Amino acid sequence: MDQKELERIANDVRIDIIKSVHAAGSGHPGGSLSSADILTLLYFDIMNIDPEEPDMKGRDRFVLSKGHANPALYAVLAERGFFPVEELITLRKPGSRLQGHPNMKLVPGVEMSTGSLGQGLSVCVGMALAAKLDNDPGRIFTVMGDGEIQEGMIWEAAMAAVHYGLSNITAVVDWNGLQIDGSNEEVMTVAPIGKKFEGFGWNVLECDGHDMAALKEAFAAADEEKERPTVIIAKTVKGKGVSFMENQAGWHGKAPNDEQFAQAMIELGGEQ
Amino acid sequence: MAEEIKKVATRESYGKTLVRLGEKNKDLVVMDADLSGSTKTGEFKKVFPERFFNMGIAEQDMYGAAAGLALSGKVVCASTFAMFATGRAFEIIRNSIGYTKANVKICATHAGITVGEDGASHQTFEDIALMRTIPGMTVVNPSDGVSAEKLIEQVVEMYGPAYVRLGRAAVPIVYDEDEEFEIGKAKTIREGNDVTIIATGIMVAEALDAADILKDEGIEARVIDMFTIKPIDTEVIVKAAKETGAIVTAEEHSVIGGLGSAVCEVTAEECPVKVRMVGQLDTFGSSGKPEELKKEYHMTAADIVAAARNILQK
Repeated sequence: MDQKELERIANDVRIDIIKSVHAAGSGHPGGSLSSADILTLLYFDIMNIDPEEPDMKGRDRFVLSKGHANPALYAVLAERGFFPVEELITLRKPGSRLQGHPNMKLVPGVEMSTGSLGQGLSVCVGMALAAKLDNDPGRIFTVMGDGEIQEGMIWEAAMAAVHYGLSNITAVVDWNGLQIDGSNEEVMTVAPIGKKFEGFGWNVLECDGHDMAALKEAFAAADEEKERPTVIIAKTVKGKGVSFMENQAGWHGKAPNDEQFAQAMIELGGEQ
Repeated sequence: MAEEIKKVATRESYGKTLVRLGEKNKDLVVMDADLSGSTKTGEFKKVFPERFFNMGIAEQDMYGAAAGLALSGKVVCASTFAMFATGRAFEIIRNSIGYTKANVKICATHAGITVGEDGASHQTFEDIALMRTIPGMTVVNPSDGVSAEKLIEQVVEMYGPAYVRLGRAAVPIVYDEDEEFEIGKAKTIREGNDVTIIATGIMVAEALDAADILKDEGIEARVIDMFTIKPIDTEVIVKAAKETGAIVTAEEHSVIGGLGSAVCEVTAEECPVKVRMVGQLDTFGSSGKPEELKKEYHMTAADIVAAARNILQK
């Protein structure tokens, strides 16, 4: 897909994120905005999926390991046609299928229920093992948070993915540098992320997580790798696109008030 | 008599059953966390190496990956010791397997005090309690080799998450080879109307011995094998409560949260009767031979007898 078009959709996704979190009165805008470009590219350009047939055989699958960024996942799925965009404002409301964290049993296109950090990569390992057993061409994608990789289970999975040569896995670390209590460095140092994965035997790529062309190139390179799993360390800005949310840990899990919502809509060009 | 009774460890039955099921079900995948020799999943590995995955000493990752395999259409039996499966990986089992209703069978061995010499760190008494609180989780605790084989087969054939509790030590065969079992339906294996002993796992054989001793004292004890802890057979419990008016539960598990608690949850609501629980009291285990430890921690036929006498005196 054309880069300008992808960027336009990513902006719509950002508008959807802010609208749904504002309507919910709670949620996680910061990490949703930082991963918006990555998810948009995956769902509109990279992955072999069909909204008309969410269970299509041989499809690519995506696991949102950082499940709290689900406003971004829901927005992308809705924009891609898995369910109506109008439904996004039911996020986190009683009776809504758009739960506070992704539920695969309720929402078409959601491949795995997540929310508790650190589990997504292991699930990808299982999916990738199954794909290899079945000669299924479907690739397995995941987005992890940088804070999330503090979970030990991520490194258990990182070991297993290399041990079993799961080149059908492409993981992305949404490296926005911030987590709930502050920066990674203040809370628990995760750098150098690339070297850690390299040490575990992964194919490591790094790029700007908001540059569609750079991301596209990285996913293409991941596809070329036939022996090892690939991790793309995507440098991002938490809260990207909304000036007062950018690089603010405080916007990890907080909804904008009406005034802030209006300001965000002006910046993103969205209707209020 | 006693020395002629055939003994088999339920983990041995597990290994054997996996191989049999692997032949007919090509979607069966088996995983282990570096204990395949002990859990007997190694038997499956020998025959179906391409469908066996050793995940190393990483139980959390194993159960997460088991979810991924199951959500790709596989039936997964993932094994390690009960302590590490249900304890260390609890939250992964809860969120990635339970919440998604993934078709994963947590077949855990070395449960309870009969782990023996390895001692307290390996003797889990909490596993049934942990697993039965997860919505939709079936919990099965076979009492001998025959029931283990048949119940494991049913667990693999049904869809959805299940926990199967297996033991290390060889235990007496209770059932004939042709006995049939149904998950969720307890078996009344001895009739009696003075008191009911509801036992699970290796305590079923102890319960039968206890009933023999009680008979000599003129007490007719009903013995029920509650091999499914969840969904529990409410009907058989209420019937026993009504007809015998007193229940002794027997399990190789903590009396907090296990079979005894599950039975009391039913009787308290449906038909309150006196209940005495035989099981691991609120304490850790220790090293020793399984049979010695059963005595030390009060999980023998004699303890069931004492509980029955006590409840009938009141």
